[in-house]
Amino acid sequence: MNNEFLNFNLAEARNKLRKNEIGAVELTESYIEAVEELQPLNAFITETPDKAMEMARRSEARLATGNAGPMEGIPIGMKDLFCTEGVLTTAASHILDKFLPTYESTVSANLWNAGAVMLGKTNLDEFAMGSSNMTSHYGAVENPWHPTATENKKYVPGGSSGGSASIVAAHGAIAATGTDTGGSIRQPASFCGIVGMKPTYGRCSRWGVVAFASSLDQAGPLSRTVRDAAIMLGAMAGYDPKDSTSVDVPVPDYELALDGSLKGKRIGVPKEYQIAGTPTEIEKLWNEGVKWLKAAGAEIIDISLPHTKYALPAYYIVAPAEASTNLARYDGVRYGLREDGDTLQEMYENTRSAGFGDEVQRRIMIGTYVLSAGYYDAYYLKAQKVRTRIADDFRNAWEKVDAILTPTTPSAAFAQGEKMNDPIAMYLNDVLTVPASMAGLPAISIPAGLSPDGLPLGLHVIGKPFDEETVFLVAQHLEDAAQFSALPKILAGS
Amino acid sequence: MALNEETVRRIATLARIRVPNQNLEPLADELNNILGWIEQLSEVDTDTVQPMTSVIETVAPQRADIVTDGGDPDKVLHNAPQAKGAFYTVPKVVE
Repeated sequence: MNNEFLNFNLAEARNKLRKNEIGAVELTESYIEAVEELQPLNAFITETPDKAMEMARRSEARLATGNAGPMEGIPIGMKDLFCTEGVLTTAASHILDKFLPTYESTVSANLWNAGAVMLGKTNLDEFAMGSSNMTSHYGAVENPWHPTATENKKYVPGGSSGGSASIVAAHGAIAATGTDTGGSIRQPASFCGIVGMKPTYGRCSRWGVVAFASSLDQAGPLSRTVRDAAIMLGAMAGYDPKDSTSVDVPVPDYELALDGSLKGKRIGVPKEYQIAGTPTEIEKLWNEGVKWLKAAGAEIIDISLPHTKYALPAYYIVAPAEASTNLARYDGVRYGLREDGDTLQEMYENTRSAGFGDEVQRRIMIGTYVLSAGYYDAYYLKAQKVRTRIADDFRNAWEKVDAILTPTTPSAAFAQGEKMNDPIAMYLNDVLTVPASMAGLPAISIPAGLSPDGLPLGLHVIGKPFDEETVFLVAQHLEDAAQFSALPKILAGS
Repeated sequence: MALNEETVRRIATLARIRVPNQNLEPLADELNNILGWIEQLSEVDTDTVQPMTSVIETVAPQRADIVTDGGDPDKVLHNAPQAKGAFYTVPKVVE
């Protein structure tokens, strides 16, 4: 294993590959060894080293003939929510046992067409429902970061894209894909000290992505730098006729957006994101971020998003409702697990109670209830009206500002096992990320500082619909100012 | 709108999830806890707003109404836990 290779970010590796300073095969070999070394993190459900080598050899050939794509030869992790042809796809659920898709998701196909190399399928919360990666049928994922005081306790990487975040932070992959329904890219990125970008709803195709809540789900990259996220999102995004909610607008070259100035840009700071009980270090980091952007020439404007506190409870109607309908397809007939029964009804019930974990069952039950006869108006319709209010808050804000700065999470990472007996305490992890999800807006988390016990903390930038460019620009300025260079305790090759 | 055991049993049946009798009460408590927290939405005045139907303002794309896929039963049945010929098999539903 060439340890130096593990330190290159995506942009650096890409440039070195193109200049033939390193080879695609040797780069992938180093990462396959790193993945093996990092197995105790449990970041992968399935490793695909043979496939990775085959892809790397093809990349090497394309690089030699000058036909390199934007991600050529870059080894990445693929969240195990993206269907990959002929490669086990589980959504971290027992109910998808032995599921080998006969098709490739559009986003993963886009990445392979751009030259990316698949190291394997990364672990996640079951059906992407969770903020700790504790609900995976394939076991918890460990955060490579450890607080200085409690060395021997294991911490969560966040969720649901916990495996992707953990492996990128520990240098076991150059980048990884995630999906974000209420914060599942941004919260784990924040907990693991890396960058996570959720684009505008409709930017990336959802075709071939195991569905959780269809009006909220979006794919996006987890990476080491803002530039890396810009490169990778460019490769993932684009209109897809197979997803009627993907939007037919051109995908700009996001890398070009990074070099601009913040002069004349107006950044909103919403007072409602000051959540009672938030540790002072998060408030301090937020103030720091405001100072950095001001120093870079931005104008800071206090704004109000009055319905912020209602986003999370509304989300816990909308998301379970959509999940309960999406997950109706797991019936023991067409794919995955089947538990026999004397009647069809019994077979369904046996299969679904054996196949779904506790949190997934809980959400299906809530979703079924809020959509059931007599309750639809009181719950689902009410939540969709509240959602309009939340979107209106942002629409009003865009009259005054170009982007919004907030913290990503109300706390740093917590120990494995914490909050497990209190669903609402777990849900509150997403209190700062859910409003942008409910309004379909692009948002990024970037590592900006450390908590007093040495765990990473993220800052969160929210932008206008389809204005990922401003989000990337603001994030780049924050990254430049924050100079975040701390590394986790568990790091491949060290 | 607190849920009782009977309602939980009805929801479980609708959701096709088997819930053992001894789990009905704890599950009702858990769901009531979450639904109680969600109740705060009643504070929001929504009399004059329309429910959201699409998060991004866009026109639904249209295409010619023609078959673009299909005709591959082997692929479709590839992951079936039980299949016979070109069919999925299930427990007998007609006497």
